[in-house]
Amino acid sequence: MSSMRPERMVKLAVKNLGQYKLRAGLTMLGIIFGVSSVVAMLSVGEGANQEIQEKIQRMGSQNILIKSVKVMNDEDSGANRNFIASYGLTYDDAADMARFVPNLESSTPIKRLSYNVQFKARRLQTDVVATVPWFLRVQNYRMVRGRFLTSADMDFGTPVCVIGTRLARTLFAGFDPIGQTLTIDRDAYTVVGIIGDIAQSELPPQNELWLEGENQTVYIPLRTYIQKRGDFFTQWSEGGGTFEKIELYELILSIDEQENVVRAVDAVRRVLQKNHKKEDYSIVVPLELIRQARETRRLFNIVLGAIAAISLIVGGIGIMNIMLATVSERTREIGIRRALGARRTDIVLQFLMETLILSISGGVIGLGVGALIPWVITKATDVQTVRTFSAFAVAFTVSVTVSVVFGIYPARRAAMMDPIDALRHE
Amino acid sequence: MSEAIVELKGAVKEYVNGSLRVTAMRGIDLRIDRGEYAVIMGSSGSGKSTCLNILGCLDRLSTGTYLLGGDDVSNLTDDQLSEIRSKRLGFIFQSYNLIPQLNVLENIEVPLFYQGVPESEARKTAQQLAKRMGLSARLKHKPMELSGGQQQRVAIARSLVCDPILMLADEPTGNLDSKTGYEILELIDELHAEGKTIVMVTHDDDIAHRAQRVVTFRDGDIISNDWKGAPKV
Repeated sequence: MSSMRPERMVKLAVKNLGQYKLRAGLTMLGIIFGVSSVVAMLSVGEGANQEIQEKIQRMGSQNILIKSVKVMNDEDSGANRNFIASYGLTYDDAADMARFVPNLESSTPIKRLSYNVQFKARRLQTDVVATVPWFLRVQNYRMVRGRFLTSADMDFGTPVCVIGTRLARTLFAGFDPIGQTLTIDRDAYTVVGIIGDIAQSELPPQNELWLEGENQTVYIPLRTYIQKRGDFFTQWSEGGGTFEKIELYELILSIDEQENVVRAVDAVRRVLQKNHKKEDYSIVVPLELIRQARETRRLFNIVLGAIAAISLIVGGIGIMNIMLATVSERTREIGIRRALGARRTDIVLQFLMETLILSISGGVIGLGVGALIPWVITKATDVQTVRTFSAFAVAFTVSVTVSVVFGIYPARRAAMMDPIDALRHE
Repeated sequence: MSEAIVELKGAVKEYVNGSLRVTAMRGIDLRIDRGEYAVIMGSSGSGKSTCLNILGCLDRLSTGTYLLGGDDVSNLTDDQLSEIRSKRLGFIFQSYNLIPQLNVLENIEVPLFYQGVPESEARKTAQQLAKRMGLSARLKHKPMELSGGQQQRVAIARSLVCDPILMLADEPTGNLDSKTGYEILELIDELHAEGKTIVMVTHDDDIAHRAQRVVTFRDGDIISNDWKGAPKV
């Protein structure tokens, strides 16, 4: 160890740095940028991570979604156009799922159709979802007002409906929707409740994670719908019409534990492959989407981390550059100190201490700036950021380490100088 | 018999300059006793500077031995030589060699700094020496704010701070006008009178007359070693 006392070394280093205020400031700027960018990037990354965690919760990572898909067959097209097209999931599928899918907790059948809905003179086209009471729980919806569909509604086929918040605001503007009568293609339903956020069944078709938007759907009891309309769906368009028979538009299977989802998906595939000649269905597994999103996130983090690391290394090179210049400017001082009894170690420590003070003070300021940047980002954009202690710790530690590593070479160079040459140096 | 402070025996210093092998000292024997005031003279390239570097433990002999205060320092490590420089030697340079960012007191304290002497103690010693050198009014001044003579006084104070057994001066008046130079020489005479052992390198015959002894170098050898008086101690 040095014979010098640490507190005097610190004093000396501060004094020496004071000679080059501008230079020391510019060097610190490099560190400040490095540290603050690391903190900012880690905060943005952590923010995105938490967003995904929220999505997992809202999408229901234990769920498996099966949807009916219309497949165009060569034989069906052209002349056969007006015949009934029968495709998609059937009640038999649902029954088989209940028998063959392991760890199945609940199975939620859904019919989803587009209808004109009318309240008094107002009319608009929207999704009508015919489903079962536990749909609410499976989808993680929340009731805003009133009640959801009940098992009594199912048993009796009651003509009631629950509407989304957006529909409540638009179609029922100026009225209290609860108790009003809503007409769905000439059938009258009484509004009994208003339901909150959009959830997983409203996933856009490209399997993207998607949460924005508001609920404009009408929910009715499945039983009621089947009693009134059956399984046929007729839609007239110019030059002809389509008659479709679809028993179930969607089926949501809830599995008891997340880790059993993969096995359950396999079982679902087997059942559907056995029951369907054509692939007139699609399986969406939110868990897989989440995994994909996580993978993307990880890649993103690596890129961000690399950029931040580069900025820290640039800061380190800045330090090295400055210290090399300082060392060569102070060659004579080094010679004097050596002549007066400084050992090589003393010289190394002297310059390392200067580097350390530069990097620590730059690092502290960088942490301050780094704490501000995520805040500004969140204010200015919608990007969610989360500041974690580890982000600050990592940024600070890495910056100090980088600086010391880059400071060692100049310091050693100073120490290895021949004192006689150094004394002669002008 | 008086005590030898410096004893060089068969001292050879060779170094390689590019492809050239230069012999700066060709087997020199030199003894300087406690309390002596010796002047080393010689033209440039004669080996006198090399000899001073060796005596100052800034450089090591190629062959031969160097006893400083009776201890063989020829084969010490770099760290050990550093310790000897800080504890047993005092340097006075032609260009003062003060550290520009430090004030007078701090400059005087530097050798103590490397010995780990507590700050308050070092400060006290430095203040005493500064006072003795007539620098009391300038303690907080930086070297740039001082005259050449004052700077050299600071350097002398610094060389005395560790109470060295040998003081080495390399043309201490070379950068000073004759009046100031005279004052510095008086100061050195004073130190000698106090019993300090002093070795000074100079070109100046007049200065050489002040010493008891003049050692003249030429081409790496001592060609004359004149005594002018007995050592005082």
